[in-house]
Amino acid sequence: MGTIHNQDAFLANIADRLGRDRRMKGVERPVWKQQPQHDVFAGASPAELQEILIRQCDAIHTSVDTTEMADLPDVLAAALERFGSSPAVYWSDDRFADFGVDQVMDSLDESKAWTDENREEMTRFAERAKIGVTFSDITLAESGTVVLFSAPGKGRAVSLLPEVHIALIPRSTIVPRMTQAAAEIHRRRKENGTVPSCVNFISGPSNSADIEMRLIVGVHGPISAHYIIIEDA
Amino acid sequence: MSIRISNDPFFDRVGKGIENTFMRSAVSGAQDRLEGRKAASTAELGTWEDWRDHAEEIRQHTLDNLDFYLQQFAENAAAQGGHVFFAETKEEANEYIQSVIQRKEAKKVVKAKSMVTEEIGMNEAIRDIGCEVIESDLGEWILQLDDHDPPSHIVVPALHKNKEQIRETFREKRAYDKSSDPQELGRFAREQLRQDFLSADVGITGCNFAVAESGSVSLVTNEGNARMVTALPKTQISVMGMERIVPTWEELDVLVSMLCRSAVGQKLTSYVTGLTPSEAADEHAPEEFHIVIVDNGRSKILGTKYQSALQCIRCAACINVCPVYRHVGGHSYGSIYPGPIGAVLTPLLEGYENNKELPFASSLCAACTDACPVKIPLHELLIEHRKDIVEHEGGSGFGEKLAMQGFAYAASHPKIFQLGGKSAGPVVDKLGSKEGGGPGPMKLWTQIRTLPSQKGDRFRDWFEERERRNRRGNDS
Repeated sequence: MGTIHNQDAFLANIADRLGRDRRMKGVERPVWKQQPQHDVFAGASPAELQEILIRQCDAIHTSVDTTEMADLPDVLAAALERFGSSPAVYWSDDRFADFGVDQVMDSLDESKAWTDENREEMTRFAERAKIGVTFSDITLAESGTVVLFSAPGKGRAVSLLPEVHIALIPRSTIVPRMTQAAAEIHRRRKENGTVPSCVNFISGPSNSADIEMRLIVGVHGPISAHYIIIEDA
Repeated sequence: MSIRISNDPFFDRVGKGIENTFMRSAVSGAQDRLEGRKAASTAELGTWEDWRDHAEEIRQHTLDNLDFYLQQFAENAAAQGGHVFFAETKEEANEYIQSVIQRKEAKKVVKAKSMVTEEIGMNEAIRDIGCEVIESDLGEWILQLDDHDPPSHIVVPALHKNKEQIRETFREKRAYDKSSDPQELGRFAREQLRQDFLSADVGITGCNFAVAESGSVSLVTNEGNARMVTALPKTQISVMGMERIVPTWEELDVLVSMLCRSAVGQKLTSYVTGLTPSEAADEHAPEEFHIVIVDNGRSKILGTKYQSALQCIRCAACINVCPVYRHVGGHSYGSIYPGPIGAVLTPLLEGYENNKELPFASSLCAACTDACPVKIPLHELLIEHRKDIVEHEGGSGFGEKLAMQGFAYAASHPKIFQLGGKSAGPVVDKLGSKEGGGPGPMKLWTQIRTLPSQKGDRFRDWFEERERRNRRGNDS
């Protein structure tokens, strides 16, 4: 349990300024007059969403492979090779086995699945790693975004510290936009009472325009981003 | 730093801005590019006005129930192990942050870009207790290395610096020996900052939007530095202006979408990160998560005719279309919040005493109001300020006084005087026909600017026509 300091005086002052008694419960969101976010790509098929996603990746400097399930190990191996192979760090996540790519990762010269036990050592390894590999939990077609929910074994550093981030995207995870991901998080909060400690919406490589408004790629996070879309549905 | 970035008189700041040719071309280039991207990305949606209505309604509902949502947020954050501190003043906020740093015996703090921490002067407070504080946003890092040069734009803080100046700063302060190619400069910053991220004891961020239903803090960046700051140090402190909150993740979606498109014309920035305190020390969650909620004058705005100013989501869209900002640059406003929103907000947070020129630093062309994604009636609020200032000054003489000061300044600065002379003719004609235009304060600005016609042209039409004219002028 955490702590809360100075809340009552602070909030009483707000209520006072608003010219009414303090509201401690019973406030509901109104029925909003407009909700245009639900109309974006409404009714698009998985194949259409995939097309929108691929088009957007071009705008965010992200390369894309698409593959059938059966060819995934070869496609991933080729991508790893292209970006320099190892050292590579990846999540401890059942999907690596489910999609048959755990062995591809294991067979690299130097690779490690993230563990939460030794944070310092894993961080050092991720910092030194050439490539980090993750699985997208939800994928946003409109913005070319992979949404990563933190959980044990799914270290935040894997998509952040290495020079290259490769995200594996099952086609079944693609939704129109952030709206659907937000609705899912809202649903989890209502049903389970919690949300993941870190939800990352990642759209391509790290970049900056802070020097004369010119694009610089990879200022802090990955210099390259690569997506592999798996046609699982 | 605090909200105030200069003690020079207003006209000296403006004079410096106008005489800085590089800055002026950088500002106009950035405005064109950012505004162009915003226009494209909002047009693409096809329903931008519906989005604006929705965003406005969300912001209004949240402000009307701010006490409720802040309490819900604090309870949810604390239930999961977070520590929430409500700070009425900047001093209270800084003392709490100092106490956390001291308890952790921290020697190094690494920071992601945050306007509210600038506003409360947090960096100085941290240095006062002997702790190093490092800005990690590339633009902010450049300014920090350059002996704490103040920011001139809220999204692109080092906009007023060119790559040669940046190279010189790197060379002088960090023995940089490579070229002024932005990629190379960026790569150098990456190497330098990596070590700081890995060795910092405490990470400090701002907060784009807090989410009441889950006690979460969201951060919107392109560089990924906010992720570094929150994934690597063991203690995290997020500082938020008390109005930066939404009821649920569903409203977060809308406001983040509005922010990204309005600020930089992106559908989403490279990183949008939602962080929630967590008792289970899974993966990279910080061991301690503190959230400091700052009032610092905001509550005085609630319940007044200026309340809508608190709807601001700090996207800078108003700055990017402002013809006055375009010509005087960010430093002229003397505040960390420049442009139209700065001219509205700074006097509200800081009082009129040092800021009474700001509401007059506007041509009232209403481009800002049109650009605002949450529909703050910015130019109307500027008019309200003018009324209040005139009343406060006990008569209508203030505008005259301001104009006289401006004339005296321009007359003693030949470059500005020449600029003024060129446009004097058409301006006088236009002002003559403008109802209640008050030749006083307007005169200063119109000495260097032409005004849009008041006959009902849309600002953008006028602006495009003016740009066309300028181009033709340059060609001949």
